[in-house]
Amino acid sequence: MTDLIQEIYGTIMRNKLRTALTGFSVAWGIFMLIVLLGAGNGLIHAFEGQTADMKMNSMKIYPGNTSKPYHGLKEGRNITLNEGDRKQTAQSFPEHIITTGATVSQSNVYLSYEKEAVSITLDGVFPNYTDLEAAKLKKGRFINDRDIRERRKVIVLHEKTVEQLFPKTEAIGKYIQAQGVVYLVVGIYADQNSFSPSALVPFSTVQLVYGKGDSIDNIAFTTRGITDEAASQQFTQDYREMMGQRKQFAADDESAIWIWDRFTQYLQQQAGNEILHIAIWVIGIFTLLSGIVGVSNIMLITVRERTHEFGIRKALGAKPSSILWLIISESVVITTFFGYIGMVAGIAVTEYMNIVAGKQTMDMGVFSMTFFENPTVDLGIAVQATLTLIIAGTLAGLFPARKAVQIRPIEALRAD
Amino acid sequence: MIHLKDIQKTYHAGAPLHVLKGINLDIEKGEFVSIMGASGSGKSTLLNILGILDNYDSGEYYLNNVLIRDLSETRAAEYRNRMIGFIFQSFNLISFKNAMENVALPLFYQGVGRKRRNELAMEYLEKLGLKEWAHHMPNELSGGQKQRVAIARALISKPQIILADEPTGALDSKTSIEVMNILKELHRDEGLTIIVVTHESGVANQTDKIIHIKDGIIGEIEENLNHDASPFGVNGYMK
Repeated sequence: MTDLIQEIYGTIMRNKLRTALTGFSVAWGIFMLIVLLGAGNGLIHAFEGQTADMKMNSMKIYPGNTSKPYHGLKEGRNITLNEGDRKQTAQSFPEHIITTGATVSQSNVYLSYEKEAVSITLDGVFPNYTDLEAAKLKKGRFINDRDIRERRKVIVLHEKTVEQLFPKTEAIGKYIQAQGVVYLVVGIYADQNSFSPSALVPFSTVQLVYGKGDSIDNIAFTTRGITDEAASQQFTQDYREMMGQRKQFAADDESAIWIWDRFTQYLQQQAGNEILHIAIWVIGIFTLLSGIVGVSNIMLITVRERTHEFGIRKALGAKPSSILWLIISESVVITTFFGYIGMVAGIAVTEYMNIVAGKQTMDMGVFSMTFFENPTVDLGIAVQATLTLIIAGTLAGLFPARKAVQIRPIEALRAD
Repeated sequence: MIHLKDIQKTYHAGAPLHVLKGINLDIEKGEFVSIMGASGSGKSTLLNILGILDNYDSGEYYLNNVLIRDLSETRAAEYRNRMIGFIFQSFNLISFKNAMENVALPLFYQGVGRKRRNELAMEYLEKLGLKEWAHHMPNELSGGQKQRVAIARALISKPQIILADEPTGALDSKTSIEVMNILKELHRDEGLTIIVVTHESGVANQTDKIIHIKDGIIGEIEENLNHDASPFGVNGYMK
């Protein structure tokens, strides 16, 4: 064993530049693969994180315009939703719907506290809002059933709105003005990508204060028993049919109401992630391949250069197997050593990315978006990639080695 | 020791070249023989066949009563390692190994341990007066020193035969004498069988038997016991 190491050390030291170049191509291949995978994981994690707080089984219904005539009614009618539709939704699909909620909104409301003011949308919501949306209560309490029943003037603000209205003071417990209406701040909520965050008030309060009657802007509900795409499609179809009968539109009219299905979106997102994942692996593997080609190329040159030496060794009694072993072990040592360096460097860089840009949020004032999160690679995958490279490096060495072994000693001795 | 019967060899590089046209030769144990001939006479081919570095087309070659024919590379390597010591015109030392490592190399292929190998190598280098040069690389040695390292390497595996292919071809006349004297001593003191291929009659004159080869067949076999009877004078080789 020590002899072998000495032999390899000898040849490597004799060709420092060549070894360094081969090593570089190997290290670079594995380094790029890991950095690419890490960056890709960062993107995928960010996508996943954005929607992670949303309930997988939530659905939302928005009103639209009819696109097909129905029973003598022309297309292009506005469909509106009301409280009755929400109740009907719950009644019609008891086996699938767990809980329903609805939102009614009043936009362009000026909220002010002392000298600060913001223009905002007030969303009238139910207590189950946090179950249906990607919103989390950060502080205080959320709207409860009693708020709904008594039509209380309480408000839950987004953390960004709080920053604007209460730059220095505590928000909870304060009364804020909303164009003549006074609301008591009871809680603060946060969500992931807040595109102009709304302020949340009890559903019944918005209905009353802003004269909404029983019209609502959207219906939201959580479902059960919808576990695949087919079931999701079936449910959507059934739902359209039910609403079509109530609202006088064709069951196959896709634009009369818009159904947003978190589950379907999740499946699409999964497919998107999968494609991204594959793309990254393909690029990575091709990078790795260039490293392997580098090793193979260098081994070919090495073997050609050393043919004379192998001739001498054969004349002195070297068996073909010993020559084969010499070349392959050299190839393995080079790829292992530099592959390891590349792997460690790659992991170091991904960890560095994680520290520096681990949670990169793009803040564009009105909304912020996480687009880079935890850009690291599973150690197992890094090791696997390195092992793949080592095996490939061995095979890359095997081909020229076999060639070297097959040359007759007398021809090898003549070569130079 | 060596028994050749009707050895034929043709090279097929482009036009077929019939190099050996039926060689019959016996060399006994302990003989000091030279094979002489002009270039292209087939003397080197013959030596390569004797050294199992090359194969032959037809005939029989017995080395130590073993038929050398269609051997696998592994077997051939084993025979070369155990039975034959090579000395080449261009020394054929491995350039990135020092003198001691070069000498020890045949023992490496016998599986001898590192320490024992290097001890033996030092012993042989000492015998050839190169003890101080043991840790020098080949490019730091003179031609004569290189050839002595090569001789030590050929001897270390205690072979029955030494095959020397133009051993003085790359040396000046003074070092040529040294090298030939070493070979003579080895023959006289150790009783080694030595076969020298040369085209220099002065070198051939140092051996006990001169085999002339011409156009692929053995011509005259000359007994040469009086090494000083050469027309080229005492201790002088024609260069």
